[in-house]
Amino acid sequence: MAETHRPPEQFTLRLRRYDPESGDAPYWDEHTIELEPHRSVLEGILQAKAKFDGSIGIRCSCRAAICGSCGVRINGEPGLACHTHLDHARAYAKDGVIEVEPMGNMPVIKDMIVDMDAVHWKKVKRVTPWLLNEGPQPEREHIVPRESMVDITQTMACIQCGACVSDCLAMEVDPGFIGPAALAKAYRFVGDPRDEEQRERLIDLSQDPLGIYDCTHCFKCVQACPKDVNPMGQIMRLRRIAGSDQKIVDQNNGHRHEETITTLIKGYGLLHEAEMLPRSYGGNSWFGKFHPAAGKELLSSLPVVLRALVKRKVNPKIAMFGHKIPRQDLNAVKKIYEKVESRPTRYELNLYVTGYDEDVEEPVASVVAGNAQSVPQSTEGSTN
Amino acid sequence: MPAHDVLIIGAGLAGQRAALAAAQGGADVAIVSKVHPVRSHSVAAAGGINAAINVADDWRSHAYDTVKGSDFLGDQDAIEIMCSQAPKEVMHLEHIGVTFHRNDSGELDLRAFGGASMKRTAYVADITGQAILHVLYEQLMKHHEQVTRYEEWFVTSLLQDENGCCCGVIARDVRSGQMDVLGAKNVILACGGAGQVYSPTTNALIVTGDGIAQAYRVGAPLMDMEMIQYHPTTLVENGLLITEGARGEGAVLLNSEGERFMEKYAPNKMELASRDVVSRAEQTEILEGRGVGARKDGIYLDITKVPRKRTLEALREIVNIGKDFAGVDITREPIMIRPGQHYIMGGVKTDVNGATSIEGLYAAGEVACVSVHGGNRLGANSLLDTLIFGRRAGEHAAARAAQMAMPQIPQARLGEDMAMIDAIIARPHTGRRVSEIKQELGETMNKYVAVYRDEEGLRTAHETVRRLKDESGSAYVDDRGTVFNQDVLGAIELGYMLDSAEAIVVSAIERKESRGAQFRTDFPERDDEQWLKHIDITTSADGAGGPQVSYSPVTITQWQPEERKY
Repeated sequence: MAETHRPPEQFTLRLRRYDPESGDAPYWDEHTIELEPHRSVLEGILQAKAKFDGSIGIRCSCRAAICGSCGVRINGEPGLACHTHLDHARAYAKDGVIEVEPMGNMPVIKDMIVDMDAVHWKKVKRVTPWLLNEGPQPEREHIVPRESMVDITQTMACIQCGACVSDCLAMEVDPGFIGPAALAKAYRFVGDPRDEEQRERLIDLSQDPLGIYDCTHCFKCVQACPKDVNPMGQIMRLRRIAGSDQKIVDQNNGHRHEETITTLIKGYGLLHEAEMLPRSYGGNSWFGKFHPAAGKELLSSLPVVLRALVKRKVNPKIAMFGHKIPRQDLNAVKKIYEKVESRPTRYELNLYVTGYDEDVEEPVASVVAGNAQSVPQSTEGSTN
Repeated sequence: MPAHDVLIIGAGLAGQRAALAAAQGGADVAIVSKVHPVRSHSVAAAGGINAAINVADDWRSHAYDTVKGSDFLGDQDAIEIMCSQAPKEVMHLEHIGVTFHRNDSGELDLRAFGGASMKRTAYVADITGQAILHVLYEQLMKHHEQVTRYEEWFVTSLLQDENGCCCGVIARDVRSGQMDVLGAKNVILACGGAGQVYSPTTNALIVTGDGIAQAYRVGAPLMDMEMIQYHPTTLVENGLLITEGARGEGAVLLNSEGERFMEKYAPNKMELASRDVVSRAEQTEILEGRGVGARKDGIYLDITKVPRKRTLEALREIVNIGKDFAGVDITREPIMIRPGQHYIMGGVKTDVNGATSIEGLYAAGEVACVSVHGGNRLGANSLLDTLIFGRRAGEHAAARAAQMAMPQIPQARLGEDMAMIDAIIARPHTGRRVSEIKQELGETMNKYVAVYRDEEGLRTAHETVRRLKDESGSAYVDDRGTVFNQDVLGAIELGYMLDSAEAIVVSAIERKESRGAQFRTDFPERDDEQWLKHIDITTSADGAGGPQVSYSPVTITQWQPEERKY
């Protein structure tokens, strides 16, 4: 059919099958197909389906990574079957056989088909996924900054495939977590200057214990996303807008915890565990230590602290007196802060604006700024 | 049995727009789709949507370009409606949240597109269809109380009451395998074209001519079916689409001698001539031995002329397609493309309100033929078509519903369709596989009913399609289950495809001239005297008589046919 640069080769696919009507447990089903190596895993599955077994179940439609139907796990990693080359998939297979399974975190209906309504779409509905703009409309278009539309195009580019939901670690332990896809969708409205209820959205997502501060910052969704939507990045942006810009004080200690880490790193170059919890609970100040509310919350954290001590996750001496790093290193850290904080506006990394993230031609400053923004958060995981 | 005022089949742009308009009109609305709405093929529309919104533009200029693009086969009353209502529709989309790109003043930015006399294409990077589709779905979620959604339900038949009025459908819940009658005062078909009749095609696997065949089977005429658009830039590797937006942004086409050959074919518009002209030019270059690649069956599309930053911002999707599907960084080297099946201008014949000849049955979008595209559709007019006529059909159907009681619905038909599915599942493994027949159909159509056609090839295609129809009667499937039995639905889709294909071939044989996308090497000239008319195809109620040909006039309001040059 199509012109190829390389001759067809044989590939073996190991498909996870499950027939809900049989009463049998899921099982593995192997098929060997023949295709050019740069063809997709989906095309391989479709060949197996057309030639050997039409009952193989997989949702698919466009074949071009735009409809979002064929989210699966390939060799354990989430992604689109149409977007993964056979040769690439084989290279990463543990025994040369390409393993395809349904996505995680969602109930399996049949074979590689999962129930997205029960998880993914339910969470999307949670974030009021439509523009809130009930006032009289202008005669023509809303006049809005060019950059704002390019900016939210990154989240508009989400194809709702569920790959990020599949491997969200926070959702695995906390199925109620709103999750990466839905929160990225939320940013699409918060970042949209036409939306009239941005603050209400941010308060809602900050105060919800399963909201933006429930993300553990593990980068799984960033890696999983086939469309460079960068869901975790959008969650972090929601946090920055909610906490830093809109000064929303959340009941989850999310923003104060982040500020605490930023402050401690600025002051000591490394964390200071003894100050961390009191500051997080008390409002990120020295006096916070004596804040009555902090005392109560601190008590509730004691079991965690004790467990950490017993398991030697914390060294009591360092925890009490803090880490020490050489003076010149501390100065270097402070310089990063000065540079970032001296900017009139915050830089946000957006691939539609800056091109590829690895792009050497782009100004280094914007990339560094994007990373610097997230450094304080990435040193510590969950805020809850 | 659930029943609704307005039941819409298909949840792409036309279907969702129709649903929202009908709900706005006070109707109880339901929308049925065999895939989740955001998987609909409208999602793949890349480049943008045309509307004369620039203050220096005029909708008449847009209408004239559309008439000329159609090679004067489009109905000018319908084209006037579409183009004059376009600006308001685009503003409506903007108001409900579509993230159209802006210029430096914050107004909607416009890009150049093929066959247009000025920049009038509003866009969201090169994911315009996706952006609009997802925003309409946001609105469906918002209006969930007025619009019931049957997501992943597959329609097997249209129902008619004793007066022949359309009064609902029979459908199968794909997930559970349960069949049900969905009653309705009005049905709007909005389930897309029939691209899978061809192989390769830019169209998604779900685009199987369902609505075209369903309407045809209940006696509605199909019109302009011979007009199949080959898009000038589809990937040689696997037929995927490279948006016309690339040429709109300044990309050029080169042959094996490095010539910008469009100079010969369209000296004024060059790469931005209408799609039929550019595809024919490419095919001519390839046939005359100036193709590129190992088999010399490709053409270079050179996007490196577009500034890299602009490409990354405005053509990001095709940057990814180049990288992921062809291993080419389009910002640094040319990519190999060729013409590929993309769109069907024809479809179920409707009036300007989307009404078909069957009372209570409407059609809008690619499934329909109003006809605004005539012999050739301009790029970025398809999204417009879906939205304008989707809205009009929704409004009209809602108004009709308000005037009538729920018709008598022949529920006994449910048993027939259940038996039909059981019979497919029970077929012995002695015939051919459904997938084999589909593949042969696609290759046949792409060989004989393509950019260049002649009587002999078309006859061969027709014989093949008829044979495949026979074979499909015993084509077998493997899946015997009820939950997500995609296999059996594939067999039903094959039937839809074969009906669509036969109508295409019969129309192409009938039109003995060259106009728009139909180029007959045995009749290379346009012949207005004999063929400035639509070809309509109908079938007898039992289908036994095969396709019947008749003609209907082209509506001309203000633009007389003239020689077409770009």
